[in-house]
Amino acid sequence: MNLLSPKWTQRIAIGVLGAATLATLLVLLFIIVFVLEKGLRTISWSFLFTNPQDMGRAGGIFPTLVGTLLLPLLALAVAVPLGVGTAVYLTEYTREGRLTRIIRFGTDCLAGIPSIIFGLFGFIFFVTILKMGWCLLAGGLTLAIMILPTIIRTTEEAIRAVPYSYREVSFSLGATRWATVVKVVLPNALPGIVTGVMLGIGRCIGETAAVIFTAGSALRLPHSVFDSVRTMSVHFYILAREGVSAENAYGTAAVLILSILLLNVTTYWLMHRFIGRRA
Amino acid sequence: MTAEIKISVRQLSAFHGRAESLRGITLDVPDHRILGIIGPASSGKTTFLRTLNRLNDLVPDFRVTGQVLLDGADIYQPDFVVVALRKRVGMVFALPVPLPMSIHDNIAYGPRLAGIRDRQRLSETVERALQAAFLWDEVKDRLHTSALRLSGGQQQRLCLARVLAMEPEVVLLDEPCSGLDPISTAKIEEALVALKSRYSIILVTNNTKQASRVADDTAFFLMGELVEHGRTAQVFTVPRDQRTSDYITGRFG
Repeated sequence: MNLLSPKWTQRIAIGVLGAATLATLLVLLFIIVFVLEKGLRTISWSFLFTNPQDMGRAGGIFPTLVGTLLLPLLALAVAVPLGVGTAVYLTEYTREGRLTRIIRFGTDCLAGIPSIIFGLFGFIFFVTILKMGWCLLAGGLTLAIMILPTIIRTTEEAIRAVPYSYREVSFSLGATRWATVVKVVLPNALPGIVTGVMLGIGRCIGETAAVIFTAGSALRLPHSVFDSVRTMSVHFYILAREGVSAENAYGTAAVLILSILLLNVTTYWLMHRFIGRRA
Repeated sequence: MTAEIKISVRQLSAFHGRAESLRGITLDVPDHRILGIIGPASSGKTTFLRTLNRLNDLVPDFRVTGQVLLDGADIYQPDFVVVALRKRVGMVFALPVPLPMSIHDNIAYGPRLAGIRDRQRLSETVERALQAAFLWDEVKDRLHTSALRLSGGQQQRLCLARVLAMEPEVVLLDEPCSGLDPISTAKIEEALVALKSRYSIILVTNNTKQASRVADDTAFFLMGELVEHGRTAQVFTVPRDQRTSDYITGRFG
């Protein structure tokens, strides 16, 4: 027995789903507008490009800008080759079996571990045992390990989505497995891989706990990978947590939001140009 | 048959796990002729074709017994280089699969793998291959647009041109016209007949009429066995085996 006519079921479904979408958008929009509204007025060239003074109470955020750029870059430089390599190996060079299933299960578990655990590991292993101290290198390596599972799994999915017939054609034209991977599989999996890398960058930029544990929070410009750095997220956390300067905290947060926006826009623009050229 | 033998198959059996999909095939493929292979679905035609360029190696649990001799050398010997084999024995698949790149890059894929980098030489190879596949006039002004934008029939001729660009010795075609309209089919057939002076061609087809139109010799496969093999005219007019006669007259399959 149907209480509702199909027409009404349809209307209610559209109403409920639309409301859910609207609520999500409104919350996101509220957060962004709130932060930008409070932070934008602080942003100026001098805020971006001068050193902080008085522990961040006055002055700019230049060192944290540099830190936010370098730390994820270092993490990616390590995690992308390792992650993509692992994914290619798992998908193209092994047959599906118990071992690949165990590895995949392990990666899924690693992906779900809270970042603070990676921070603790980085602190114990890189900072203490390897005697690196709080530095860019220790932080970058820790973040690399943290985002590795994400990159492996997204790359794997992207590679699996490349039609098997492409590989067959490539082999039938006398390509080796390696040539097939380089010329056919990876170019076609690129959009998916980039998505995974972007997720990784997002996690790196947003990370605080693991970064404080491994890269420290020094407010100076780093001169080498063995210097401590502070990222914008950490800077924001310290400014807000210790009540140093709410104004500069919001300014930093606004810069953070804008830079992530910029990053996404450029990546998608580059990707569309690249794909547009190929197909 | 007086023609020179290109591929000589001796007691070839193939297994997918326990299932035997080819049973003791013995068959000679002459050079500069078209061998048509006909037979109902799952008769082993495609499996047979794929053992000739060892594409079945990619299938887990697949193995063969017997011999496949290409110019007298057994391609299943451990020291036979598979990559080199596939350059000599090209393949066109049932569904046209252009790689998602430009027309030019599709054709140049094989030659580039072979180490040819010179642009001039590559573009000459591309033109020659496209002409041989009767596609040049239709695409010469848009070589650098995506191959995915071609029509189905054009895509299949592109796949043929891509194989020809490798300058193979044998061309294997696996039901190349199964998804094509009669006009596209006619163009492919025309290309094949023109090409047989330079290659040894094996054409697997579901369409017995196609075999009777283009093939010099015809082999009839049934349940993994080679039932009959002879001149096309003989197979189609006076088949030696009752099953061949039943199949080509449409009584089953």
